[in-house]
Amino acid sequence: MTRAPDDWLHAAKMDADRRGLPALKPLLTALADATRVLREASWTHDALGSPSTSDDPESTQPRDEPR
Amino acid sequence: MTTVWCEQPIHRVATAIETGVVSVSEVVDSVLDRIATRDPVLNAYTTVFDESARREADQADRLIATGQYRGPLHGVPLSIKDLVDVAGAPTTCASRASDSSMARADARAVAHLRHAGAIVIGKCNLHEFAFGTTGEDSYFGPTLHPLDQTRSPGGSSSGSAVSVSTGMAFGSVGTDTGGSIRIPSAACGLVGLKPTFGEISCDGVVPLAPSLDHVGPLTRCVADARLLFETMRDGSSAGKHATVPVKQALGCPRPFFLERLDDEIRASFEQALSRLQSAGWTIGDTAVHHAHYSPVVCLHLVLSEAAATHARGLTERPNRYTDGVRLRLELGRYVMGEDYARAQHGRNLLSHAIDATLADYDALVLPTLPIPAPRLATTTVDIGGVEEPLRNVMLRLTQLFNATGHPAVSLPCGLTTSGLPCGLQLIGARNRTNHLLDVAELCEAVLSEG
Repeated sequence: MTRAPDDWLHAAKMDADRRGLPALKPLLTALADATRVLREASWTHDALGSPSTSDDPESTQPRDEPR
Repeated sequence: MTTVWCEQPIHRVATAIETGVVSVSEVVDSVLDRIATRDPVLNAYTTVFDESARREADQADRLIATGQYRGPLHGVPLSIKDLVDVAGAPTTCASRASDSSMARADARAVAHLRHAGAIVIGKCNLHEFAFGTTGEDSYFGPTLHPLDQTRSPGGSSSGSAVSVSTGMAFGSVGTDTGGSIRIPSAACGLVGLKPTFGEISCDGVVPLAPSLDHVGPLTRCVADARLLFETMRDGSSAGKHATVPVKQALGCPRPFFLERLDDEIRASFEQALSRLQSAGWTIGDTAVHHAHYSPVVCLHLVLSEAAATHARGLTERPNRYTDGVRLRLELGRYVMGEDYARAQHGRNLLSHAIDATLADYDALVLPTLPIPAPRLATTTVDIGGVEEPLRNVMLRLTQLFNATGHPAVSLPCGLTTSGLPCGLQLIGARNRTNHLLDVAELCEAVLSEG
């Protein structure tokens, strides 16, 4: 499996279908969104704890989350 | 006026027991009567140990009669989240997927409480395997909010919170992996403490995400939380905590943490800050660097670890999980190792950021829950025109401190116009949980006035 989020998401959804878990697909989409944010995180230019200019504030909140 | 013993804080009933004002048997009967009255509707308990509790109460009364009082937990009925081992009872985790074999021994925290004289009155309902924030997904059915039975009491320690808030126990042992002690405490008007990571042993507790899991108490006041915390930690409540002076200075991290709040929660929180300032506290505006990344960091940590914990169950008996919990566990199997490593990197940076923010303050202060107790079956919440999944909202203000291990305590701080409790959260320096409790006790005195 390739590691770019889009490719990963495509493969993961196919796998979910193969395993009879289609309900997993929207959660996989949300996880892919969160993974993109994690991978693109700017850990240095963040003096005030607010989103840096290169980040979309909405995208820092995954759409679905456990617990 | 007759004292309703089951509604008293532990320190008050302990004095009454020690001085012979009330017997342990009367106290236990008071709690069992309350369980018989309220629990058929609220569904807080998975098991009630009525016979053993009455037997232990008799023994406790005999010990007192012979001058063998064991301390402030002597004969005090406590409830235990059904994720935590109690000898001779199954640990169901509120799931059909649990092996539910009889626990051979008490969890270490429970053993410490029993050694101090506490009576285990029963085991409490929870969100299945502690993997949820509402208590709705349970083999035993949902636990209902005692003030409005159309609402959730919060979770995952849902039954623990309801048992304490309704007089069905004097305190409860809960667990907290993303907020599962503090969330239901806030929703039910209780004190809920998540200590520093590792301070209370997780031996005998079914894990969810081992690097995030904490054990702690849910109680009616800070003094009771300290008593249970110290006893669960090392079996002693001798008040030997270090005396670090309280500066009466709190830092309020407004970016991220106060950006999306229900209007009534915000009003209640700001009013609490005003009351503290009027009482002489300094409240400084501050920020936790990178806090806006906390949801994605925590998500990758908890999903990966929970999937690893449940790998065998997902393979051997997947259909025994509730649908929602199973799907989130399955989701964790798709997190890549490199992203778990990235989350660990973020976790370290966030830990240092909180340490730096705490340097000028006794504690950070923020709300515990961004919303009041949600209605059952709620899936999304609209705050200020932004619609989010309920789980994201419930975890937003608590989960970071599971990742960093800082101690956190939730205190009641007022009610909404419809009478639902609001919670205020204090975050302290790592390994200084007793200092955090000192701060909490002073804040509690201010917030409970009038």
